Amino acid sequence: MGDLIDLVLLAMLAITALQMIFLKDLFAVVMLFGIFSFLSALIFINLDAVDVAFTEASVGAGISTVLMLGTLAITGRKEKKSAHSSFLPLLVVCITGAALIYGTLDMPPFGHPNNPIHEHVAPRYIEESPKEVGLPNMVTSVLASYRGFDTLGETVVVFAALIGVLALLGVRRQEENDVPESGFKAHHVLHVVARFFIPLIILFALYVQFHGDFGPGGGFQAGVIAAAAFILYTLVFGLSRSFSVVGPKFLQVLASIGVLLYASVGLFSMYKGGQFLDYSKLATDPIVGQHYGIIVIELGVGITVFAVMLSIFYAFGSQAERSNIQ
Amino acid sequence: MLILDIISSILLIAGVFFGFSGALGLFKFPDFFTRMHAASVTDSIATILILFGLILQTSFDINTAKLLFILAFLMITSPTASHALAKSARHGGLLTLPEVQAKQQERTH
Amino acid sequence: MNFILDYYNYWIVVFLMMTGFYIVISANNLIKKIVGLNVFQTSVFMLYISMGKVNGGTAPILVDGVTLYSNPLPHVLILTAIVVGVATTSVGLALIIRIKRAYGTVEENEFEKQDDAI
Repeated sequence: MGDLIDLVLLAMLAITALQMIFLKDLFAVVMLFGIFSFLSALIFINLDAVDVAFTEASVGAGISTVLMLGTLAITGRKEKKSAHSSFLPLLVVCITGAALIYGTLDMPPFGHPNNPIHEHVAPRYIEESPKEVGLPNMVTSVLASYRGFDTLGETVVVFAALIGVLALLGVRRQEENDVPESGFKAHHVLHVVARFFIPLIILFALYVQFHGDFGPGGGFQAGVIAAAAFILYTLVFGLSRSFSVVGPKFLQVLASIGVLLYASVGLFSMYKGGQFLDYSKLATDPIVGQHYGIIVIELGVGITVFAVMLSIFYAFGSQAERSNIQ
Repeated sequence: MLILDIISSILLIAGVFFGFSGALGLFKFPDFFTRMHAASVTDSIATILILFGLILQTSFDINTAKLLFILAFLMITSPTASHALAKSARHGGLLTLPEVQAKQQERTH
Repeated sequence: MNFILDYYNYWIVVFLMMTGFYIVISANNLIKKIVGLNVFQTSVFMLYISMGKVNGGTAPILVDGVTLYSNPLPHVLILTAIVVGVATTSVGLALIIRIKRAYGTVEENEFEKQDDAI
């Protein structure tokens, strides 16, 4: 049964991607991209990758789609006809595709438990990580403890994206009164429902943040969900009200605090006599030390991702307001 | 229990049927507002039927509570989204099909 | 039939990769190129996750009574890759907004002409 679901979902994904090539209306292309992202999240669940599905659904179908729509509001909705013929790209694509399919014939068959990828390294982590780190979620224990340095690098990459977007766009403070207020003035239903749901979404983000040790979840997903709550607030109530609730300067400070928190856990474990990001030295019992370390760094990651996603949305939103577009 | 399985299957199949009819309506109906109506109405009933079918499949533990939360959330947000879409279209100036036809008649006479 | 079932995942992934690649190299509008890039990225993620799946296994979260788990290591890699992907996308979209301000258009043939004229 799982095979049938897999086949059908992949076929739907292929049809969605194919249709994206031919559409000229960019709004429809971005919506199809949201559907594509959500379908791939479903496929990831079918392939037992629950953490990845969570992240793909929140990041791809949530933040990416919103940012692309924000860009579309500034650049315009229709794509013009290309001047080049499409024969050469089609040729290149066909040759590359044929080479890749010829390459996949050499790969081990899908799903067999004796594939080379499942030997040696993976069984070691599956068996030892509950004893060494003590968490049920093996993905979190590998991500936060065994490969904690890579996750620090990833957080810094997200922070660098914030710096890049702020250097390119900047967030403009609402000082002049010539730009009309954004937000949905006459949508009373949206006002009521949004006001009811935003605290619940933030609560859910906190649940995901701290529950990442026991089930799918963790810092990234939680940061993105919390940012989505504030993006909803901005869309319904307007950018200036959102600036007075969570200001851009505060978010920049928050983003740096998240990365600093992560790095200082590493430095603190060096101070305690271990290596950088060696959580076993944080408490007398090494497993308890691992738990402390993982909770604090996941908090750092969640804070940074929340601040970065919301800041990037503010930057895009200020640009859209500047163009006098509602 | 067999009787729970049978009821759950009936609910799931009914939910799928309504979802499919909503998708069919999206293609067949002539106008934006009628398509909106087809999609949102069938979406609500399909959500209720499918989620109740799934609740019967659990053994009434924490997962039942999670499914009930999901049901409550979808019941509030999905009609709100449809309402927001239709209202934005109407305020943006989109006309229903009878109005478009009346306008064309006005222009030719 | 078994052969097709064994490799169907990989072939669809290659098809999606090529679709994304085609959109990137042939689209005229810059936003559509970014969409194609994201399609390409997501299909690569699907390749890695398909390689990690074990038939009969379950999600890599420890539960009592389950001994066979899917491989958690590709999941960790792809989790990082997704977040880096969205960071790249946002910087790319910010660049597109600046291009629009500088050239007045985001269609490739139009601002290529303006670039040649400079």
